[in-house]
Amino acid sequence: MKSTLKKNALENEAIYIMREVQAQFENPVILFSGGKDSITLVRLAQKAFYPAKIPFPLLHVDTGHNFPETIEFRDRLVKELDLTLHVHHVQDNIDAGRVKEEKGKYASRNVLQTETLLDAIEGHGFDACIGGARRDEEKARAKERMFSVRDDFGQWDERNQRPEVFDMLNGKIDFGQNVRVFPISNWTELDVWSYIQQEKIDIPSIYFAHRRNVFLRDGLIWPAHDEFVYREEDENVIEKTVRFRTVGDMSCTAAVESDAFNIENVVEEIRQSSLSERGARIDDKRSEAAMEKRKQQGYF
Amino acid sequence: MDVLKIATAGSVDDGKSTLIGRLLYDTHSLTEDKLAAIEKSSKQKGFDYLDFSLATDGLVAEREQGITIDVAHIYFSTRNRSYIIADTPGHVEYTRNMVTGASTSQASIILVDARNGVIEQTRRHFFINNLLHIKDVVVAVNKMDLVNYDETVFNEIRQEFQQLVDAAAYKNQNITFVPISALHGDNVIQASANMPWFKGTNLLEHLEAIDANDVQVKGQARLQVQTVIRPKKEGFHDYRGYAGKLKGNDLSIGEEVTILPSGHTSKIKSISFFNEDYETALQGSSITVTLEDDRDVSRGDMIVKSTELPRSTKQLVATICWMDQTPMTATRKYQLQHGVHKVQSKIKQITHKITADFSGDLERTETLTMNDLGEVKIQTNRPVHCDAFEVNKENGSFILIDPQSNTTAGVGFIHT
Repeated sequence: MKSTLKKNALENEAIYIMREVQAQFENPVILFSGGKDSITLVRLAQKAFYPAKIPFPLLHVDTGHNFPETIEFRDRLVKELDLTLHVHHVQDNIDAGRVKEEKGKYASRNVLQTETLLDAIEGHGFDACIGGARRDEEKARAKERMFSVRDDFGQWDERNQRPEVFDMLNGKIDFGQNVRVFPISNWTELDVWSYIQQEKIDIPSIYFAHRRNVFLRDGLIWPAHDEFVYREEDENVIEKTVRFRTVGDMSCTAAVESDAFNIENVVEEIRQSSLSERGARIDDKRSEAAMEKRKQQGYF
Repeated sequence: MDVLKIATAGSVDDGKSTLIGRLLYDTHSLTEDKLAAIEKSSKQKGFDYLDFSLATDGLVAEREQGITIDVAHIYFSTRNRSYIIADTPGHVEYTRNMVTGASTSQASIILVDARNGVIEQTRRHFFINNLLHIKDVVVAVNKMDLVNYDETVFNEIRQEFQQLVDAAAYKNQNITFVPISALHGDNVIQASANMPWFKGTNLLEHLEAIDANDVQVKGQARLQVQTVIRPKKEGFHDYRGYAGKLKGNDLSIGEEVTILPSGHTSKIKSISFFNEDYETALQGSSITVTLEDDRDVSRGDMIVKSTELPRSTKQLVATICWMDQTPMTATRKYQLQHGVHKVQSKIKQITHKITADFSGDLERTETLTMNDLGEVKIQTNRPVHCDAFEVNKENGSFILIDPQSNTTAGVGFIHT
């Protein structure tokens, strides 16, 4: 037995929130992308309910443009922890003609995810969706509550948010509404990486430096994958040593040049970095208010 | 790493967002791409300096009007520790946001415009700091560049503010005054060459010196049960773990405890965090405990040391900050959430409210409208196991939930 439990304020807060979700909602789900933030959520949920197993299923909104490493990782984690996984495909909505695929140079399925996510929430009747968004990621997210109420259309009304005082969380909602829950709201990117290091959490290999075929556009390094990512003829494929700082849809996730081959290197790299994490997210560059607009429409 | 949470408050034009932007910039917490966005935006607006407020005013409406309309959380770090700033708006109609931001903060920065001195907003901010018992308050006298960095202006404001301090009911405060120019960076993280007369530490130096562990008053240990953990698996058939966040003080195994409301007693058998067992847990830890005896314990129940029982009562007297469009009136019913424990409640009487000038004067009233602070008597259907707010912040506060709209309509601070 160890003598005194050391405190980690951010971890304690996240575990407290996980437990509130389980107690206050009937049908919660963890939104799982296979990225480091949602992997961290899974570890926190594991800690919150140990020795019982995680009382939430995972929901993956699959754009169809995934990095194969992420999918392998996801399936292994689900098996290891004996979890239930729901996968919903953006492709199904495209095939049914409910959403239209973007065309051209900057085509991405990132925006199309919203429709699939809302369908999944409605179909399963999820009343709480636990997500790994952090307030430091983006300025519209800096205003998010821990429990963020969405109306029947999944929309966020940023002007009419419930006040959250002390640590009391009010999850009361009407039928048809749902709550987006953000247990790691107060974590920074560095906090997440330090935690992954400290906890020795396994993450997909694309977070570490590797050789990859890429091409350059607008000062960003794009993964060269002609099936998923549109490339102009004069955008030549080159091989570089890169890693990914965020893992999203392949068509909107840029790589960074890096020699960080292990977690220690990655933590050090983030500490030194002068570029923000979402600086490598092509979807945020569309306009100053890109994220806020997507959130109002129900984006996570 | 240590985390210090700070609430900032200031009027619309006090330059609060600029100060935060300046802190981010000077601590190298603004990344190149964010900085590039600020440069671009500043240029578009025709400014000949970098408009750091653009780093924090996140919502479209805010950028349009140039004001902050909601609590935003901003993160920066030094080698020493991480900081979370709850940036709260200074608008008259947004007292509720100030209370919200301050409720999770350990320290506070109040901005005063050197040209205007102490105004009604300043009184309001300071009043809320006192109400929430925030121990460390920095009064940043900003825009010193616009008063020629004049020492007498600073001293006059300090004297004026000192009158508020002398009149305040909460006496355990450390109040520090710093003359700054957020726009130009004077005394933010570097001593100001323009104000050689100022001998105190600069703003960041002062923040760095605040002891994050010293800010929470230690009271008595309170463990409110969030959920009962009963794994349905081999080796754990009789396991009943009571999971919750430990508040008020530390808890150790072997301790004699009482479970409320049943009044049954037992001993702490184990304290665990994930797959490790510990002898002692510190306040603030999200732990799981087991008891020596098989007792009926469910969500909302409270485990306390048998020698340190809280007050169990159905009659509360509290200061309320009203946060909802629909006013509070006597005889109305609300769901009262004390920590994670929910009970039904009815407003018996609104005794008085604090006058809008925040001088501390009281006036009689029948209703509390949004942003009002008032004293209220409340009846609950089941006992609440609470402490006075001044003894234990977390066990001395509650929220009121409107049963029609489900919204958090108010927050209460329990009196002795």
